[in-house]
Amino acid sequence: MEKFILKYFNLIRTIIAILIGVAISIFIIFFVSKNALGSLKYFFLGPFLSKSRLGNIFESATPILFCGIAAAIPFQASQFNIGQEGAFFLSAAIGTGFALSVSSIKLPGFIYVILTLLAAGIVGALWSFIPGFLKAKWKVNIIVSSLMSNYIAYFIGLYIINYHFRDKSAGFLTSYRLPESDWLKQFIPGTRVHIGVLIAIACAFIVYYFLYYTKLGYEIRMVGFNFHFAKYSGIDVFKVIVLSSIIGGFFAGIGGMSEVMGIHRRFLWQISPGYGWDGIVVAIIGKNNPLLIIFVSLFLAYLRTGGQVLNLLSDVPYEIVSVIESVIILLITAEAFLENIKYRITVKEAERKEIIDESSS
Amino acid sequence: MDPIISVKKIVKVYPNGVAANKGVSIDIEPNTIHAIVGENGAGKTTLMKILFGIEEAQEGKIFIRGKEVHFKSPLEAIKMGIGMVHQHLMLAEGLTVYENLMLGIEPTMFGIFLNKKRAFEIADAYSKKFGLDVPLNKKVKDLSVGIKQRVEILKALLRNIEIIILDEPTSLLTPQETEVLFKTLFSLRDSGKTIIFISHKLKEVKAIADKVTIMRKGKVVKTVDAENISEHEIARLMVGREITFEHIPKNENVGNVIFEVKNLSYKNDENVEVLKNISFSIRSGEILAIAGVEGNGQAELVEILTGLKKATSGNVLLDGRSILGLSPREIREKKISHIPEDRMKNGVADKAKIKENLISDRYYKEGFSKGQKLNWNYINRESYRLIKKFNILVPSVEAPASALSGGNIQKIVVARELSASPRVIIADQPIRGIDVGSEELVHNFFEEARDNGSAILLISADLDEILKLATRIIVIYNGEIVGRFNNVNNITAQDLGPYMLGIKREV
Repeated sequence: MEKFILKYFNLIRTIIAILIGVAISIFIIFFVSKNALGSLKYFFLGPFLSKSRLGNIFESATPILFCGIAAAIPFQASQFNIGQEGAFFLSAAIGTGFALSVSSIKLPGFIYVILTLLAAGIVGALWSFIPGFLKAKWKVNIIVSSLMSNYIAYFIGLYIINYHFRDKSAGFLTSYRLPESDWLKQFIPGTRVHIGVLIAIACAFIVYYFLYYTKLGYEIRMVGFNFHFAKYSGIDVFKVIVLSSIIGGFFAGIGGMSEVMGIHRRFLWQISPGYGWDGIVVAIIGKNNPLLIIFVSLFLAYLRTGGQVLNLLSDVPYEIVSVIESVIILLITAEAFLENIKYRITVKEAERKEIIDESSS
Repeated sequence: MDPIISVKKIVKVYPNGVAANKGVSIDIEPNTIHAIVGENGAGKTTLMKILFGIEEAQEGKIFIRGKEVHFKSPLEAIKMGIGMVHQHLMLAEGLTVYENLMLGIEPTMFGIFLNKKRAFEIADAYSKKFGLDVPLNKKVKDLSVGIKQRVEILKALLRNIEIIILDEPTSLLTPQETEVLFKTLFSLRDSGKTIIFISHKLKEVKAIADKVTIMRKGKVVKTVDAENISEHEIARLMVGREITFEHIPKNENVGNVIFEVKNLSYKNDENVEVLKNISFSIRSGEILAIAGVEGNGQAELVEILTGLKKATSGNVLLDGRSILGLSPREIREKKISHIPEDRMKNGVADKAKIKENLISDRYYKEGFSKGQKLNWNYINRESYRLIKKFNILVPSVEAPASALSGGNIQKIVVARELSASPRVIIADQPIRGIDVGSEELVHNFFEEARDNGSAILLISADLDEILKLATRIIVIYNGEIVGRFNNVNNITAQDLGPYMLGIKREV
């Protein structure tokens, strides 16, 4: 039993954290809601009770997943590049511009879609090159530079859409609509779940393979584990820092464009949608492992969907949902949470082993 | 006589599951020098940390002057009259000696202003009272290690300490500085203090201690009067078996010069000349040892030779061709291996798997990978082969390096570096902080590599290691080579000391 606990300690801790988070949520809901039982049902079961809500989980998990793997790659190299939000936004804007600009060529749908996604990915990669290069070349703090780059990306993106691709016939600030041949198909009737979710999951598997089964992935992880060790071993640290940022940015870029092509079919954000920040959260909770990040993204999307249902159908305000979400994430990310229990079990195990050693010698 | 300190059945397990103390009981009599000896990892330092309030024990009791105590912090230990001088000295380098001495207990005027004159007078009075001569007005960073240590001891005395714990105090000292330290300790004992002396150097223990406690694997083996036990007996109890300290057999097949350093100089960022005109050469089948007190340019020299730093001038030649300024990978490609001084910083990535640590210099080579794809099957096989060959104790190659003991981590580094079929091995403090068993193994591997024609550059602060392995010895002081010994047959540690201190020079 003790051995089992030690081996799966992280998993068990995550589950307990979620349960405590749930317990606190129940407490909060009882506190603020007149119909507490009903509200609880809306929050926890609501997302599963209709097809459109179930679809909602997957469609809102898609951009989070893209940004999650985009963050995981530089994080694996211990480069705290948090420029996913900017890369996501800017790539979506320039990608939209690109798609509209080439629409007159009448490309076949398949090629058009791939070209648009690639263009957006390249924009994301080039944009993320900047903080990576600054860090590798001049040791510029990557947290600061990537954070600032988000604001720059935001305003450049707005400028491109509002001044060059704005649909003047629409009643609000938005781009022209993308031609239908450039849409990512919504393939489950009654939901907005689109091909992007499949692309995102495929990307997660690709990135997993990349990190754990390729030379560059190995280099990225070794630099992340111990920078000095990597350098001493002959790994080109400069290359790894720059490339980890670039590759991460590529996936953030695809994520931004897939959201435009799959859900809105035009660029309509006037404020930054915040998926980049969610990506950082899921990357951290998923320990930068792309496969875990798939599940964490779905879990976060489930909480969000439950929150929306709660907001719509009960007297619990949406702000409470943010509180609950934060409590759960806080507990999961608290490294020292339950650490003393692990410690006590370790001590017991060590003492028992000692007795066995003694009696056998 | 009643013991001044009495620890009873102390048990301490660290969070990673290592049991450092397994029911340790020791009585320490007042007014004695009590040595605690044991290999690295025997639990000496842990016990002292518990006694000084840095760590808390899970079980057991501590009595000071017959009264039970529970220290939660070093501050409480100091109040009870216990002081500790750490292996790595803890002084504020930028402050003067007397400022360091009075740190935290400064006399003040009107409760807020520092009374520097009074502080100086108090420090001076104590220095005279205990006969510990220190340059009160000098900055600590300008002092030698021996003097810094004296400052630390005086600092403890100023806080009315009755019991002084010294953790491996001689590890950074030359033989001559050690003698001075011992004189100080004797006079402190004679003035009524109790001294606990942690060491794994047997000669010193014999020379200084009244009582000796021998620890092994977290337990007390024996406590005896020092005069009733021989060095050899202590060593046997410490290790649990017979060991030898003899010079390894000579290699008759010394070949041509393959590695050469010519007039190498290096200035650091502060424009200090750390290395001055260093020249030496190593022939194949030879171990050239560089002796010297740490911090005299050895670290920089190694970093330059392995491509981690750029030299200011001079040249490094392999087979007559310059390798200066090449990247670490290019240098490794030329079959130069590097066992780094700090294995946790450079030698391994402790959170990475053992197999990932074993391939860090060759993962891109034929077999280990094809195109971009890593061949994990091949890597697993190779890892198990190395683990077997180098006798590394691991739970599995999938475990992180941090799950291993210091000795086994060092064996991982040695396995990787020596299995690269190196022509030149640069080994910087290869046995620091590892147990005697691993130490012997590492030395055997060096001997084997030497006999197979590798040229080995050994940098060590451990003179016993140097005298055991070296074919030739050079001594470095303040970035310069000050002594060369081509015949090591009759050289002793005492002969090297004056060169290491910069008192003597022959070049």
